[in-house]
Parts: sequence; C-alpha cells; structure tokens
Amino acid sequence: MVRSISLALLVGTWFLGSWLAGERMLPGPTAVLAAVLSEAGSGNLFLQLGATLARVALAFMLAMTVGGAIGFLMGRVALADRLGDPWLVVLLNLPALVIIVLAYIWGGLTEIAAILAVAINKVPNAIVVIREGARALDPALDDVARVFAIGRWKALRHVVIPQLAPYVAAAARSGLSLVWKIVLVVELLGRPNGVGFEIGVAFQLFDVTRILAYALAFVAVILVIETLLVQPFERRASRWRYRPA
Amino acid sequence: MLHDICFSLAPGEVCTLVGPSGCGKTTMLRIIAGLDRDYEGALRRPADGKLGMVFQEPRLLPWRTVRDNVRLVAPHADEAELATLFDVLGLAVHRAHYPAELSLGLARRVALARALAVKPELLLLDEPFVSLDDALARRLREELAMLVDSRSITTLLVTHDIDEAVRLADRVLLLSPRPARIVAEMPILTPRRDRTDDDMATIKATIASRLAAAA
Repeated sequence: MVRSISLALLVGTWFLGSWLAGERMLPGPTAVLAAVLSEAGSGNLFLQLGATLARVALAFMLAMTVGGAIGFLMGRVALADRLGDPWLVVLLNLPALVIIVLAYIWGGLTEIAAILAVAINKVPNAIVVIREGARALDPALDDVARVFAIGRWKALRHVVIPQLAPYVAAAARSGLSLVWKIVLVVELLGRPNGVGFEIGVAFQLFDVTRILAYALAFVAVILVIETLLVQPFERRASRWRYRPA
Repeated sequence: MLHDICFSLAPGEVCTLVGPSGCGKTTMLRIIAGLDRDYEGALRRPADGKLGMVFQEPRLLPWRTVRDNVRLVAPHADEAELATLFDVLGLAVHRAHYPAELSLGLARRVALARALAVKPELLLLDEPFVSLDDALARRLREELAMLVDSRSITTLLVTHDIDEAVRLADRVLLLSPRPARIVAEMPILTPRRDRTDDDMATIKATIASRLAAAA
C-alpha cells in the first residue's frame, strides 16, 4: 500500500516536472511509455536489451567467480591477504572510466575487452565482501568437519559455502547494479549495440524521450532479475534463520 | 599446559578424565581428535578408526535439519539404525527441525546422535552435558550409559563433574590443576547398569579423598 502510494507520487512528480520543464527537457510518462512501446514494436528494444543483458551476465559471473575465489583466499590465508591488500586498494580506487579506456586501448574495441573491463571494475568489490565472509567463518564448525572426516569437498559445499551465502548475496546485489551501470559506459564508448550505445545515439540527437525509454526498460529488467533470482536465492539461503526458536 | 600424561584405553572401555576447569582437558581431547597438532609426545589411535566427538557446545550446522546434520557425517548409515538412534534419544519428532528450533538439551542429543551415527571406534565426549539443569543432565547420562553399554564403544569422556564420571566410567583418571598430570587412577568394578546410588556415593567419596590428598 505504502509502496504503491510512493510509486504514484513518483509518477505524479514526473508529470509535474515535465509540465514545468517542458516536453523537450523532460518528456512525461505517457510520451516515454509510447517510445518504449514503439521501440518494442520494432524489436529494436529487445535486441539492445538482450545485448546489454548478455554483457551484464558474463561480466557479473566472471567478476563473482574471480572475486569470490580471491576474496576467500585472502580471508583465509594471512599471507595472501598481506600480499593482495595493496593491489586491492589500487583497484578499488582506480576510476571505472580509466579501466575501460585502458582496456579498449590495450585490447581494441572488442567484446572481450569490454567484458573484461566491466569485470575488473566489479572484482575488487566482490573481493572485499567475500573476504569479510571468509574471515567470519566459524572455526568450531571446521573442527566438526575435520573430526568427522567428511572430506574437503563436502566440507566446502556444506559447511563453508552456507556460511558465505549471505555475503555472496550481498555482493551479488550491489554487484548487479554496479555492473549494469558500467556496462552502459562500456557500450557508449566502444560497442555498436546495447542500451549504452542507444543512449549515446539519443544523446547526440538530444532525444530525452529515447534516453528515458531505454533506461527505464532496463531498470525494469533488473528489477525482474532481482525479484525472481536474487531474492529467492537469499530467502533460500537464509530460510533456517527466520523460523521461531 | 599438559605434562607427562600417559594412558591407554581398552577396547569398549569408558574412561573418564576428571579435573578442575581450565586444567587442559579440552586441549587433550583436541590433541587426541587430531585438531591440535602443536604438542610433543606420541599418540596412537585405532587404525583407520572412525572418530565420533561431542563438543562442549552442540556445534550443529544451523542450515541443516536434525536429520541432515546427522546424515552429513554418516552418509552411508543404515536408515533403520538411524531411526532407532533417533528414537532412543527422543529425537524422532525433531528430525525435520532446524537447530535454532531446538532447546539446548535437544541440540546436545543431536550432537550425541551425530557422534554415534558414524559408529565410531573411539567416542570423544567433551563435557557433553555441561550447562544443562541437573534433572536433564541426569536423564541424558542414563541414556548415554545405556547407549555405550549396548554398543560397547571405546569412550573417552572429559568432565569436571564427579557425578558424571562416577555414573558413566569404567575407569576414572583424576587430573591435577595446570600443568595437568594424572594424580590417581581408579577403576570402577561395578557394571554401569548395576550401580546403585549408594555405590556411587561411596566411589565419589573415595575420589574426593584422593583429590584432597593430591592437592
């Protein structure tokens, strides 16, 4: 209820802002919706959304895998933490734009360079979160796994990973929004398709309607992913927590 | 911490180490369990022997149900045998519960069930009934006495509670305060199931006097 009132208020503000600023500066919701529908009708919307989504998925999985592995290692092995920390600080503070531009210069305007650039931007963030999780692992449960000799693989899967799950979920959440924003920049700078590319074209034409149409369409996609994938995963990973004692 | 300690267990024997809190009993169990490798000395465990251990805290995996906690360490255990074990320990109705839904007493029973489910060659118990109320601790002791008798598992129990030692042990080893050494060794000849309250009071008195003499 409160959520829908809040949403209605947002749309109302949008109408008002559009009326005050003029359709050219800020097209109203109806105009943007019409643009979304017409782009969807031509099929272009889905083509561009699909291209962007594929890049988001690849970069996201790459960053989570690499960042997760490194973060786990740094959280568990003191030497790895000391070795990796300066690198991590550099990576964390390197602006996304610098990484993207360098990736394109060194790798050419290729798909691989684009996805690597996005992944490298997300990796330090994943490392930090997963490292925190690995530091918080309970040694008492490690002891159980060792005494009962359940084997490394089973211990990892059933003892370690469930403890990391909340951290993975947190990294995935912040990661998803970070990755898709960076993917747009990468597309704007050096890809011939995708939402970022469309927004770049629209920018050159000062077509605010189109910019909003693509941006909102993609936000909708991310919301759907968040609701259908990330939240159920979180619920599943923490279902044992919410039961009354 | 520990110094000059030497003992061995006969197969099927229940041996109890009794000593004051903080004398290094848990450390000794951790060394025997292979969790602590920072020691000097020799340790021989039954060859390819399975270990079962009950820690001072239940240490269950909170994201697995009671059944799945036991299944994780004993994947090949016979379903019927597990069912019997759950029955004996009064856990049958709690099989599908998560540890957070259990009281401490129940969680300790699950920890015991888990240790027994692997059919251990050596069962290590680290103050398994500490911080339970007296009545419940007594009941669990009875259950444990019955279980070790029916399975004749070699057991090493560590406790600071003389009642517990007297109820469960075939042999009691008394430890001194830190650095711990064995100050007395006392076999208890009356079989567990035949021990009366009087027997136990007598043994307890003997132990108390031995401890006083050693101090």
